[in-house]
Amino acid sequence: MDLAFFSVQLLNGLQYGLLLFLIASGLTLIFGIMGIINLAHGAMYMIGAYLAYDLTLRLGNFWLAILAAIPIAIALGLIIERLFLDTLYKRDHLYQVLLTFGLILVLNEAQRIIWGGDVHRVAVPAPFDASIQLTDNLQYSVYRLFVMGVCLALAGVIYWVMRHTRLGIIIRAGAVNRDMVEGLGINVRTLFTLIFSIGVALTAFAGMIAAPLTSIAPGMGDSILITCFVVVVIGGIGSIKGAFWGAIIIGMATTFGAVLIPSLASMVIYLIMAAVLLVKPRGLFA
Amino acid sequence: MLHRYPKRVALIMLMLTALVAAFPLWGEAVFGNQANFMLEKLTLMLILALFAMSLDLLVGIVGLVSLGHALFFGLGAYTLALASPDFSPASMWWMLPLVMGVSACVGLVIGILVIRTKGIFFIMTTLAFGQMLYYFISTSQFAGGTDGVFIMFRPSLALGERTLVDLDNPYSFFYFCLGMLLLGYFFLRWLTRSYFGQVLDGIHDNEHRMQALGYATSGYKLVAFVIAGVMAAIAGMLAAMQYGFANPAQLGWHTSGEVLMMLILGGMGTIFGPILGAFAYEILLYIYEHATTHWPILMGLTIIVAVLVLPRGIAGLIIAPPWHRKRQAAPEAASEHEKAPVALSAQPATPRKEN
Amino acid sequence: MSDDTVLATHGLTRRFGGLVAVNEVEFDVKAHEIHAILGPNGAGKSTLINLLSGEIPPSEGQVLYRGQPIQGKSARQIARLGIGRSHQKTNIFPRLSCLQNCELAARIHMGGVFGSWRSRQTARQVSERAQEVLDTCQLNHRANTTASDMSYGEQRQLQIAMVLATAPTLMLLDEPMAGMGREETAQVTELLASLTDSYTLVLIEHDMDSVFRLADRITVMVDGCVLESGPTEQIRTSEKVRDVYLGRHEEGATA
Repeated sequence: MDLAFFSVQLLNGLQYGLLLFLIASGLTLIFGIMGIINLAHGAMYMIGAYLAYDLTLRLGNFWLAILAAIPIAIALGLIIERLFLDTLYKRDHLYQVLLTFGLILVLNEAQRIIWGGDVHRVAVPAPFDASIQLTDNLQYSVYRLFVMGVCLALAGVIYWVMRHTRLGIIIRAGAVNRDMVEGLGINVRTLFTLIFSIGVALTAFAGMIAAPLTSIAPGMGDSILITCFVVVVIGGIGSIKGAFWGAIIIGMATTFGAVLIPSLASMVIYLIMAAVLLVKPRGLFA
Repeated sequence: MLHRYPKRVALIMLMLTALVAAFPLWGEAVFGNQANFMLEKLTLMLILALFAMSLDLLVGIVGLVSLGHALFFGLGAYTLALASPDFSPASMWWMLPLVMGVSACVGLVIGILVIRTKGIFFIMTTLAFGQMLYYFISTSQFAGGTDGVFIMFRPSLALGERTLVDLDNPYSFFYFCLGMLLLGYFFLRWLTRSYFGQVLDGIHDNEHRMQALGYATSGYKLVAFVIAGVMAAIAGMLAAMQYGFANPAQLGWHTSGEVLMMLILGGMGTIFGPILGAFAYEILLYIYEHATTHWPILMGLTIIVAVLVLPRGIAGLIIAPPWHRKRQAAPEAASEHEKAPVALSAQPATPRKEN
Repeated sequence: MSDDTVLATHGLTRRFGGLVAVNEVEFDVKAHEIHAILGPNGAGKSTLINLLSGEIPPSEGQVLYRGQPIQGKSARQIARLGIGRSHQKTNIFPRLSCLQNCELAARIHMGGVFGSWRSRQTARQVSERAQEVLDTCQLNHRANTTASDMSYGEQRQLQIAMVLATAPTLMLLDEPMAGMGREETAQVTELLASLTDSYTLVLIEHDMDSVFRLADRITVMVDGCVLESGPTEQIRTSEKVRDVYLGRHEEGATA
């Protein structure tokens, strides 16, 4: 393949990876800090995408839609957290899996009821609906660059919060030893609610900005969930750095896999995961 | 864990088994011309019960939560479908060992990779491997892609010229599946009460201590993983015979989730609980499907309620009925009672172990 | 090294990042003795036991068991060699009965799981051994009680029973009497004293009375290093040791 083609794939892989990072970071935070495995995490991505679609239709403007959608997604997350996850903190992973699996069924079907089973699209919003000339023979979608920029910016914010703020230290401490954190007088309940809301917001937001890039269809949450699981397994539980590099690896592998070995493309990420497991069973950055 | 239950458990299971086995006698009287359809549904429930029991060995007994168990179920179905000759029935004499052999090998390979992971990692990796096989089968030519593979002829079970069991006949197939279920049940019952089962109990309860005692816990977990896989594959093979085809959905994680739901409905760690759970799930599914096209919401809510309100499942109700507990509330503290030797393994007494 | 040395360490060191938890420890245990390890909190006693039992590998140094190096071996391998241990935080099988706890412990050393299957005799031996140790630890009335239903003291006695059930050569007991009342402590002290005929014991304990009554030799650790090691009488009258303990007590009193 020629350089231009390669560069496009590289950029695509990066963009996909960065998007995955947003979602995976929410997943790994929620698990690392709260110890909760939330299968419905993918459904949040789907909800973000559908909200973006729906509100863009109603409000006529993609950016307004996102602005309106974020609080709705957070509110939904809070409801779920208060209603169900309260009881799950102290219980076995098994029950969390079952309950959140039930949630997936409910949310997926609710989506069907509200928006039906058709596939929808959201137009790439102005002012990014153009291509930019990067080099002599390389054109690339401005919107994709925008998405990458936003994800990188958010990654930077997360990094800064984790390293340089009190909240970040509490989060990192909580991931290692929850009881101690409680013993330090920090209201763990509030912390958990905060973490969960952030996780949900990041994921739903990822769904929103991804909307113009993919087709919005039922079940889109399920496939992204499993991909994120692979990212977290590769990167290591509770590790934001792991989620980042894991996501980049998976993003690249998926994108290049699809063009280089199309017959095995869908299996590539699992083979990578198997390889990592052989060498480092707890993930690369555990 | 003694895995010994109050007498009423045996009584109830015996009655239910007799009821099911006698279906050909009372089926028509109750269901009229729907009887044949109901027989097929019943046969399916028996097959799913075998599937659910196999998962109970992993989840309920050893404590390994697998979200990819459908991998083996589908593997059994596809082995049958792909190994069956095009124009004549295969013989069960080699089909069954083939299914068991293939699933044992796959179980060994995947098991070696996943057993080294613990807790949530195990959940994620089993899910991922299940999906890997799903994608592999869905996108491959030789396995029919998303359409799946039809099974032209059910295998035969014959001795030379004489047919021992006519598996094409819905009634004999029904009894064949019942027989397999009972075989599986007594096998697991024996296994869990054996010394091997005691080691599995120990691993479930406190794996760290088992290792400190000198047990090679990974080896035991791997053996359990493979056994569970083989049993699930047998169930998958039977399912393919019942449906008449193998298709990728049988491998997918929604199937893995479904069988997990059967486990919680029925009651984990009891071996007989999952049988009840499979029946309960299918019955509920039937009711919900006829109630509304949006039945997944009902099923989802049912599971949520089951987790919140009835974590020990139907088996839990039979073993320790609520009215029993009230009578004995005086000498025991309310929830401590559940830790009696007959307790189900659903909740660990120690805080959740993380890695 | 003399013939009756069961365990010896040379230059045993363990670091956790910048913290040196165990610092060049020279330590030996003679057959059939009770050797206690004393020291204030944070002295490195539990880390030392973890190093000996294989739960963590050393950063440097050697551990010799009956003359053979065992450092770096896993806990599982070390258990199979005949070193049994009990933990500071009660570490039993809460949902199994007392008897089952002991049977699991006994079984691994009596032909394992498959040995029990192969011969009825092995199975019987395992059961007998389990009953025996419950007897020794005065827990036979609790044989069929679920472990988590027992009192804290009984659970700690069960821990000792489990170690006994493995028929070890060397027992490493991490604070076996922690949290026990006076009567239970006396019971356990008597039990441990009676074991030296057949076993060698290494104890970590804080209860000074019990330690001075039981131990043949004592090693005192402070800040990861061995402060002093020798026969009980020597340690009891040692000025160095008294400074470490009483000096600190005085400080604590005025603070």
